[in-house]
Amino acid sequence: MDLFEYQARDLFESHSVPVLGGAVAYTPEEAEAAAESMGGRVVVKAQVKVGGRGKAGGVKLAESASDARAKAAAILGMDIKGHTVNKVMIAQAAPIEAEYYLAILLDRANRNFLVMASVAGGMEIEEVAHKTPEKLARIGIDPNIGISKEKAREIVLAGQFPVDVVDQVVDVLLKLWAAFVAEDATLMEINPLVKTSDGKVVALDGKVTLDDSADFRHPGHEALIDHASANPLEAAAKAKNLNYVKLDGQVGIIGNGAGLVMSTLDVVAYAGEKFSVKPANFLDIGGGASAQVMADGLGIILGDPDVRSVFVNVFGGITACDAVANGIVQALEMLGDKATKPIVVRLDGNNVLEGRRILNEAAHPLIQQVDTMDGAAARAAELAAK
Amino acid sequence: MAIFVNENTKVLVQGMTGSEGTKHTARMAKSGTKIVGGVTPGKGGQSVEIEGVTLPVFNNVTEAVAATGANASVVFVPPKFAKAAVIDAIDAKLPLVVVITEGIPVHDSAAFYAYAVAKGTTRLVGPNCPGLISPGKSNLGIIPADITGPGRIGLVSKSGTLTYQMMYELRDFGISTAVGIGGDPIIGTTHIDCLRAFQDDPDTDAIVMIGEIGGDAEERAAAFIAEYVTKPVVGYVAGFTAPEGKTMGHAGAIVSGSSGTAAAKQSALEAVGVSVGKTPSEAAQLMRTILNNKKG
Repeated sequence: MDLFEYQARDLFESHSVPVLGGAVAYTPEEAEAAAESMGGRVVVKAQVKVGGRGKAGGVKLAESASDARAKAAAILGMDIKGHTVNKVMIAQAAPIEAEYYLAILLDRANRNFLVMASVAGGMEIEEVAHKTPEKLARIGIDPNIGISKEKAREIVLAGQFPVDVVDQVVDVLLKLWAAFVAEDATLMEINPLVKTSDGKVVALDGKVTLDDSADFRHPGHEALIDHASANPLEAAAKAKNLNYVKLDGQVGIIGNGAGLVMSTLDVVAYAGEKFSVKPANFLDIGGGASAQVMADGLGIILGDPDVRSVFVNVFGGITACDAVANGIVQALEMLGDKATKPIVVRLDGNNVLEGRRILNEAAHPLIQQVDTMDGAAARAAELAAK
Repeated sequence: MAIFVNENTKVLVQGMTGSEGTKHTARMAKSGTKIVGGVTPGKGGQSVEIEGVTLPVFNNVTEAVAATGANASVVFVPPKFAKAAVIDAIDAKLPLVVVITEGIPVHDSAAFYAYAVAKGTTRLVGPNCPGLISPGKSNLGIIPADITGPGRIGLVSKSGTLTYQMMYELRDFGISTAVGIGGDPIIGTTHIDCLRAFQDDPDTDAIVMIGEIGGDAEERAAAFIAEYVTKPVVGYVAGFTAPEGKTMGHAGAIVSGSSGTAAAKQSALEAVGVSVGKTPSEAAQLMRTILNNKKG
């Protein structure tokens, strides 16, 4: 889960990573009140989980509380790269002397953690890495050893930080590492980390990604979930524990296993080129594929007004195809009149003949069976075109 | 021969007394795997009756190894306890540990992977993987044993069901070993480890490599193929139509910005001479052509 900037700021603060004052506001009135409490001069920042806010006009300096109200009114409701701004962060303004970069992240390639530190902050770090790689220190961290004070100093010196801030940056890095571990984060990035005119080092903007798999040991993380901007179909699927991603096509997809479903999307996309249709969603019902799970899945997909046909693609591994076939038949009984779109089913693998026999015998008017994945994808695409 | 496992692999099941563990222990035993016991902390001294055989349960892996001579384990322990289970197996110096569990926090898998590397005596497969099978010899995990029989194609994949699909497509040729390496951001055994083992395995003639969006494992595998692999390799990559920034089922399957895309992976593989199929059936067809030409 990616956090909003204000959530990252609050999380940093709770782990003693130095930050400036900041508060979230959903209305111009709330923005004005927050600015008032911070002394009037503030920065109003659009809260969206996408880069390039500044260029899009989503970050503005306000000279007074009433100005903050006006700036918030202008920013709230803006569209930034397809994300609607429905909240802003009111951040304390501070005179900045220098901008740095500091991040800890999961390094998939090296299978450990990575600290990146640089005196060149404030811009996209990919740009720094590309143009001036000598200005970016990249140091791997053994998860079982972590970051000692000595290690932190080594990293900060490698990042070429000026002598007068080294001690402070070392301290920030140690606190950031503690937060990274304590919160089960996969990314904690401070960009920029700034030196203010009074010589203090503080995190001005932050990006945080938390590991959803670790939610069981972080009951507090649930409160960070952004329900407001979640797609309603995705929210409904999540409530039923289904692994669903909404896409913008017309062929609803259900399959078992993440890899097979991704592959199914591709095969439908190729087959759909001829008919100008695309996959409408990703839905992995996993290994079980019981009647209830199948009914839940079909229910979500048929609730998507864009869907014109459905492709159920199941390879029976542990799950036998007869169980899947029974699941589909029972799911359609449970859905009754709500099931109105044609459903193309491809079954293969464990006990496939029995599975196909069950579907043939049920002779449901909406179900069409095709024996191969490619053939079934073509049929589903054709049906969606009509 | 086959890679990582053979008919002499003696297997412990960590979490055997749980419902998933019991179910899959029976399936593994049925397909010829030598299961020698289980490990569940606190249940040492009990036993479990599976497929007509009484299997002893131990409190930890070290005790289990001393009593049974086991040289591999399969882990079905829930995410909360998986790290402790894997560390236990590494401490016992088990040469092979296959972690089936899905949903292990990545800080935990990073820790046990680093621990395994530091100890240097354990190969980890997974987590979040279906395991590996050498048909007729050994089956560690949840891959259905009856899809295909022994053959001379090596198969490596991040995805479980795509592994099954590909084994099925190539069922008339059969498999030397199929390894599901798992879809998590941190995994113990990579495409590269399997490619190296298949290249070195005299019973493998050709290799199918299945990848998916996220990370750059396929790109690194391509570089490795160029320098080390002389056997024919056919590739398939899933997720061409995946949108940026969305996790597609597997925790590691995410396109971030312009990195981790299927197109980049395909072109990296093609650049080193790997034939990449657009669909699983097309990839299977490419492999079929290669093997038939070899015969002819």
